[in-house]
Amino acid sequence: MERIPILKMGDFLLVTIQVDMYDQLALTLQDDLTERISRTSARGVLIDITALDMVDSFIGRMIDTISSLSKIMDAETVLVGMQPAVAITLVELGLYLPGVSTALDVERGMKLLEQRVRL
Amino acid sequence: MNVRSSGTQPIRVEQDVVLARQTARKLATECGMRLVDLTKMVTAVSELARNTVVYGGGGDMDWEIIDDFGRIGLRLVFRDEGPGIPDIKLALTDGWTSGGGLGLGLTGARRLVDEFELDTAPGEGTRITVTRWT
Amino acid sequence: MAALQDGTLDAIKNQQSKLLGDWIGALEANGATRNLKEQDVQQQTAEFLRLILDGIRNDSGNNIAAPGWADTRRFLEGLSNSRALLGYDSHQTAYFIFALKGPLFTVLQDYYRDQPASLAEQLLSVSELLDSFAMHTIRTYQKTREAVIKRQQEELLELSTPVVKLWDGVLALPMIGTLDSQRSQVVMESLLQRIVDTGSEIAIIDITGVPTVDTLVAQHLLKTVTAIRLMGADCIISGVRPQIAQTIVHLGLDLGGLVTKANLSDALKLALTRLGISLAKV
Repeated sequence: MERIPILKMGDFLLVTIQVDMYDQLALTLQDDLTERISRTSARGVLIDITALDMVDSFIGRMIDTISSLSKIMDAETVLVGMQPAVAITLVELGLYLPGVSTALDVERGMKLLEQRVRL
Repeated sequence: MNVRSSGTQPIRVEQDVVLARQTARKLATECGMRLVDLTKMVTAVSELARNTVVYGGGGDMDWEIIDDFGRIGLRLVFRDEGPGIPDIKLALTDGWTSGGGLGLGLTGARRLVDEFELDTAPGEGTRITVTRWT
Repeated sequence: MAALQDGTLDAIKNQQSKLLGDWIGALEANGATRNLKEQDVQQQTAEFLRLILDGIRNDSGNNIAAPGWADTRRFLEGLSNSRALLGYDSHQTAYFIFALKGPLFTVLQDYYRDQPASLAEQLLSVSELLDSFAMHTIRTYQKTREAVIKRQQEELLELSTPVVKLWDGVLALPMIGTLDSQRSQVVMESLLQRIVDTGSEIAIIDITGVPTVDTLVAQHLLKTVTAIRLMGADCIISGVRPQIAQTIVHLGLDLGGLVTKANLSDALKLALTRLGISLAKV
């Protein structure tokens, strides 16, 4: 079965989504991530969606759920690289993701995670 | 109003949602849609095609590139023979869901297109027509 | 409707050089060759006459939508486009064809001197054909002009919405004048794109120069703030007038994430603080 790879970088997990998302893939990623957070005691999760040209309510909800789940497991989540057209569409769709932290790119996202974890 | 080209694509299983999105993207590009408008249309397709699979038990997407006195648009029809929607007003309320989602599928898709038409009755399937102009 | 006869074809062919000469003369007399090279005019008139002769020879009939006239239509579309871009008005553009009528009628009158019935019939036929082509030229001309106007409108829209870089990582969008829904949409989209292009973490939308906003535009403003946050940048709105503040509050939207400052300078100060930059007098 197709899976989205999860990379470990120190205390953080890095997920770069580069394929066209479908629902089963999103659900698998959600399960894989929580499992990895628990196994590695990761302190933060960085989700890079620079390559995604569309985020619908299902993927948006997955991102929201991952963020909530990791919070409960004492890990911070930062979403990076959302394209302008995708952001405009998500807002129009009514998905504001208020609980999800964001950053422009992977580098800034990592910095933000480090700040959050240090606190 | 002239129909420049048209076609039909099956939406039976979850993977077909991805294919429907790809078709919509290709067609919207052909229409010369701006990136933001194109992204809205493709996202609406994702929501509606998912509904067709999950609630309608599978169906089809008909597409048409239309020309209304020089104004080019993409019109899509999502058809299924599923159980239909008993309460249209409720289904078009933000946050309402019967499938465990956020309930943004139908209402959200409506906000992402220029024209939205819902034709359904209990036991008689669902037919949703959406149009986005360039 | 009678078709064009072979006689008409012969008449035109026999008098071709005189016809072209008179036609160009009529064009020049009416200023319809302004800014055109002499050799272009010669080439265009000769080409059109050749296409007309081909059309008649192939029995294309009087309906210019027929396939036999496809080349002629295409030629006129090209001609009309180039005239529109040269700044010709529709009259001058269509005159290219109308100017042919006089010289052509003279030739036909000469040829059918002894056959008044044929003359009348052929004149009517030729006249109808040329009128149709002139109409086609005007239609194309209009479409080209409309495209030019649309492009200019878009360029104006972009000119009226400059996104400026205030500091490394700080963009500002000073909005001036009444905001309509379409303009605010274009402006916001260009701001979002610039954020990505420049990797700026903070965007300031200054609306000091905006007298009032309607509900739709206020909504759009708030949506933009949300979209900017989703992209991973921050947005500050400065210069909110009391009336605009009222509109925003009356919308009843969640203002939790909205950061506002009285003026652009305060907004820049906040932006620099957030970036960890402090300024001191030297």
